[in-house]
Amino acid sequence: MNNDDKLIIGGHEFNSRFILGSGKYSLSLIEAAVKYAGAELITLAVRRANTKDNENILDYIPKGVTLLPNTSGARNAEEAVRIARLARELGCGDFVKIEIMRDTKYLLPDNAETVKATEILANEGFVVMPYMYPDLNTARDLVNAGAATVMPLASPIGSNKGLATRDFIQILIDEIDLPIIVDAGIGRPSQACEAMEMGAAAVMSNTALATAGDLPTMAEAFKKAVEAGRQAYLSGLGRVLVRGASPSDTLTGFLHD
Amino acid sequence: MENEYLIDSGKLSESALKRKHELESDPAARTDHMKYMEGQERIESDILEKVLSQMNSYDYESYTAADVTRALQKDSLGVEELKALLSPAAEPFLEQMAEKARIETRKHFGNTVYLFTPLYIANYCENYCVYCGFNCYNDIRRMKLSMEQIEHEMQVIADSGMEEILILTGESRSKSDVKYIGEACKLARKYFRMVGIEVYPMNVEDYRYLHECGVDYVTVFQETYDNVKYEQLHLLGHKRVFPYRFEAQERALMGGMRGIACSALLGLSDFRRDALASALHVYYLQRKYPHAEVSLSCPRLRPIINNGKINPHDVGERQLCQILCAYRLFLPFAGITVSSRESESFRNGIVKIAATKISAGVSTGIGDHESKYSGKESAEEGDEQFEINDSRSFGDMYRDMAAEGLQPVLNDYLYV
Repeated sequence: MNNDDKLIIGGHEFNSRFILGSGKYSLSLIEAAVKYAGAELITLAVRRANTKDNENILDYIPKGVTLLPNTSGARNAEEAVRIARLARELGCGDFVKIEIMRDTKYLLPDNAETVKATEILANEGFVVMPYMYPDLNTARDLVNAGAATVMPLASPIGSNKGLATRDFIQILIDEIDLPIIVDAGIGRPSQACEAMEMGAAAVMSNTALATAGDLPTMAEAFKKAVEAGRQAYLSGLGRVLVRGASPSDTLTGFLHD
Repeated sequence: MENEYLIDSGKLSESALKRKHELESDPAARTDHMKYMEGQERIESDILEKVLSQMNSYDYESYTAADVTRALQKDSLGVEELKALLSPAAEPFLEQMAEKARIETRKHFGNTVYLFTPLYIANYCENYCVYCGFNCYNDIRRMKLSMEQIEHEMQVIADSGMEEILILTGESRSKSDVKYIGEACKLARKYFRMVGIEVYPMNVEDYRYLHECGVDYVTVFQETYDNVKYEQLHLLGHKRVFPYRFEAQERALMGGMRGIACSALLGLSDFRRDALASALHVYYLQRKYPHAEVSLSCPRLRPIINNGKINPHDVGERQLCQILCAYRLFLPFAGITVSSRESESFRNGIVKIAATKISAGVSTGIGDHESKYSGKESAEEGDEQFEINDSRSFGDMYRDMAAEGLQPVLNDYLYV
């Protein structure tokens, strides 16, 4: 793999393109998950870090990994902004993943409120990574609001259903100049690989690992899949033949100059 | 009315006893349980009608094994599938239901299990609910903690490591008014990260005030959704008003609360219909208030002081497990709380299938945490609402959950 192929988010460089979730498995497994996934960015819910002395999730995240606190629990931009500021106070750094949900059933993000929160937090110097429903207009608004990346969902959080929004994510990859990080719904390594082949800058996953039989091994499988997909993307995917063989006589063979 | 619930205390005056017997035996002596009492707010809502119409038309004997199989093959369940899974036809499929429920729980909650403890601050009650230890005719030691006593109890609990608390009272607005509850909640915010209440139903403005005091979660049990049975069990007091109680969660959400919990007290009436209604109560609330965090409890009847005969009747552990699996499959995103009314072995098992929250270090008495936690005698204590079954301490529960392969979570909440 080309060592110069870095993921750059808000001026920070990362070698790994697999972002790890942390909220759905035993804290004692976080270190192994990070190691086997080769992850350099790990998300955590600020509200889970809001504990007293016992079992603070922050104590379990290995040093050297960049924290990506998320604003889960926020129902609007104002709440997301408050949670992000608290994350900074808790020592979680300047990265923030904005998650704003007004629906507790599917946990689908509220794009309009997400744009508002992005603008406020970007102005306050946060590296803002907004989780969103893949909509091109919203993605452009997020770029203008100062987002560092755009994080479209593949399918509903926790569903493990894969790239249900594939074509719309492709549009974002084609049209948006920021890194497009596919977040939520990626259920298996092959789906992560596919997202990377499409040109996604990175993939984030939590439930797929948490529900695996052997978490560290699955973390490693994801690492390899993400790397394979990235390599395939960089090497230029081969063509897919449509309806059998390619014609030997070309349609444009009559052109002479 | 004759049933196992009716107990006469020798300490009641002749006139009180006469009134009690009159309420018990003569429906005409009781108020109209469908009519709101003075001061009880009415809101615009069709949820009660929706729930009751589904419950009243539910003929659970009509469901077959084929209906259950079909339900189990579906990715997301509708009301018909829920009805099939709550029917007797689903009983032979319990293991398959549990397996599917376990997968859903894992998808939505991972391996986490939330721990909390209830704190009863007063046991005065103005209602006569025949099955409840706090009922106004039951001869128990009554008590209402002062703010100093409440703070002391909270210190003892917080020192054990607990970060989430549920504050309870008996249902006496005159003895435990909204301001008293609010002051207790403000104290709780000092010692705990998350504060919930399980007190008498109140109006939207009262809930708004309590929210400002730091509360975000409101639990109200409907006890039974069968309003005829409800009328026969809740003979006196504000609690008699069936629709006002039913609409409590909705008023709480209108008052700005983040989340609500619903339940029937299983064993009081036909449990399949009550379980259906409980799930639908949550379902319709979430559809109307999509931002609301919703959860279900599943209490079964327990013996009370002066009446050891009270029991959950036909709701055995297998039936309870069936109900909880059906809840999980119908509402995969909802929290499910299993209280210390259930045994250690049941709770250890059900957290791996469907439950997401359990209590620990529980007392349903008043002002007795120090004596229960440290063995130190306290001068004054109020009696318990019911007998608990699982008396594990916070520390024991924490260790046991971790040993079951689960991640205990003490807090996953921010007051914003």
